[in-house]
Amino acid sequence: MLTLKSLQAGYGRAPVLKGVSLHVRPGEVVTLIGGNGAGKTTTLRAISGLLPPRQGVIEFAGRDLTRMAPERIVTLGLALVPEGRRVFHTLSVTANLELGAFHRRDKREVRRDLEEIRRRFPILKERAHQAAGTLSGGEQQILVIGRALMARPRLLMLDEPSMGLAPRMVNQVYDILAELKAAGTTILLVEQNARAALKVADRGYVLETGRIILDGAAADLREDPEVQRAYLGKGYREVWE
Amino acid sequence: MAAYVLHLAILAGIYIILTLSLNLIIGYAGQVSLGHAAFYGIGAYVSALVSLHWSFPFPAAALAAVLAGGLCGLALGLPTLRLKEDYLAIVTLGFGVIVDLVFLNLEITGGPDGLPGIPPPNFFGVSFREPWVYLILVGVFVLLVLGAAARLVDSYHGRALRAIRDHEITAQVMGINTPAYKVLIFTLAAALAGLAGSLYVHYITFINPETFGLHTSILILAMVVLGGMGSIAGSVLGAVILTILPELLRQAHAYQDLVYGALLVGLLILRPEGILGRGKLSLKFLQREG
Repeated sequence: MLTLKSLQAGYGRAPVLKGVSLHVRPGEVVTLIGGNGAGKTTTLRAISGLLPPRQGVIEFAGRDLTRMAPERIVTLGLALVPEGRRVFHTLSVTANLELGAFHRRDKREVRRDLEEIRRRFPILKERAHQAAGTLSGGEQQILVIGRALMARPRLLMLDEPSMGLAPRMVNQVYDILAELKAAGTTILLVEQNARAALKVADRGYVLETGRIILDGAAADLREDPEVQRAYLGKGYREVWE
Repeated sequence: MAAYVLHLAILAGIYIILTLSLNLIIGYAGQVSLGHAAFYGIGAYVSALVSLHWSFPFPAAALAAVLAGGLCGLALGLPTLRLKEDYLAIVTLGFGVIVDLVFLNLEITGGPDGLPGIPPPNFFGVSFREPWVYLILVGVFVLLVLGAAARLVDSYHGRALRAIRDHEITAQVMGINTPAYKVLIFTLAAALAGLAGSLYVHYITFINPETFGLHTSILILAMVVLGGMGSIAGSVLGAVILTILPELLRQAHAYQDLVYGALLVGLLILRPEGILGRGKLSLKFLQREG
């Protein structure tokens, strides 16, 4: 469904992605894990068209995305939940949700989806007329996920949905992802929280300084000694010299 | 006295159109513009010149002013609206200064002396020489512009504009063509400023470059900020207050600027979102860490 081949991208003269290849099949939940500055967000920005890649291939459902404008890419069925809970803070919760369906022309279906999403996340109905900026962090995260679902995406991409959330809210967000997975949604999940991400994902890629250094089934990655040491914090020793 | 009140009412109406148009750019789309008076001036000079040289009737002259303002807005907007706040502020500021200098130095604009003898509107057998008739004309335009703006900001497109103001990249990810929207609203606002220029020049019947300088851009900006960014009623209020206030302060002539400045500073401290506004003036570009 989504295929990246030797993708290279960067800002100014600084290269960030030095050849990233990965793929997501329909119905799969794939996670991309890695530390700060590994290039996770850059990968999503390149896929969304926000950062034109220097080299490499991005293909989605048989279409080449490398030179496509962001607003065109959205219409193909790619929805991004950006990092840091980017709600439109002065707009109402409902207006935020409706903006998720901005590119859709099937108004009746949009109304139905709105009802469906409010039924699924009742907090978004309770706070329908409140400015989105007044919601708590966890509520905002639910809102941005709901907003992305309003696009009826064929592929949902999430950028660190657990970042800066209280542990209880992290669980709630991951419960939602598990539900979406059960409903058959295709997801590309970028995370620093490798433990949570590998629990929900089918497969995973490990990104380090712009390169994929490891990939495999999520269950295998959880057992991998290198992943355990670097990302899951097992067998941690302090080294004194 | 009655004539004086009428005069102020006409000026207030013209300023309402200017303030509202700038508010579309700043308050709704979230872009900085410090050269709005340039479009006001372009509309005024174009309207004056086509009336003087080609004897355009007022409706045609006003239309020419709207088109000229809009085209200049488009020409400035296309290359610059990809810029971020601080750079956009600099470019629009520079544009305002350049346009002012052009008015001052061209022969056709009469240089610093300006152009006298611009005819008041006279169409469909009605003369608008009388101030109260002119006030009706301005009032009709103000209502039209208010109605159109109110419809626009509550529409699907208005929501896209506010999304751009709140967070541009996220708006892009929602599938909003942010460059197109920004250029479009900038063009529309410039066209409205052109209309205001036409209304001004056919009322005063004389223009010179002084009216369209940087201080006017700042005055319109102050009206937007005082009334409230992203509020249509706020724009009306801001324009009316800042038209009348300097006149009231005329008694205390020596202290006029002092009181005027203190009021603005006080407002920005106590109520930075303006009297009726929702958003705050984004001064992020002044706080950049160095």
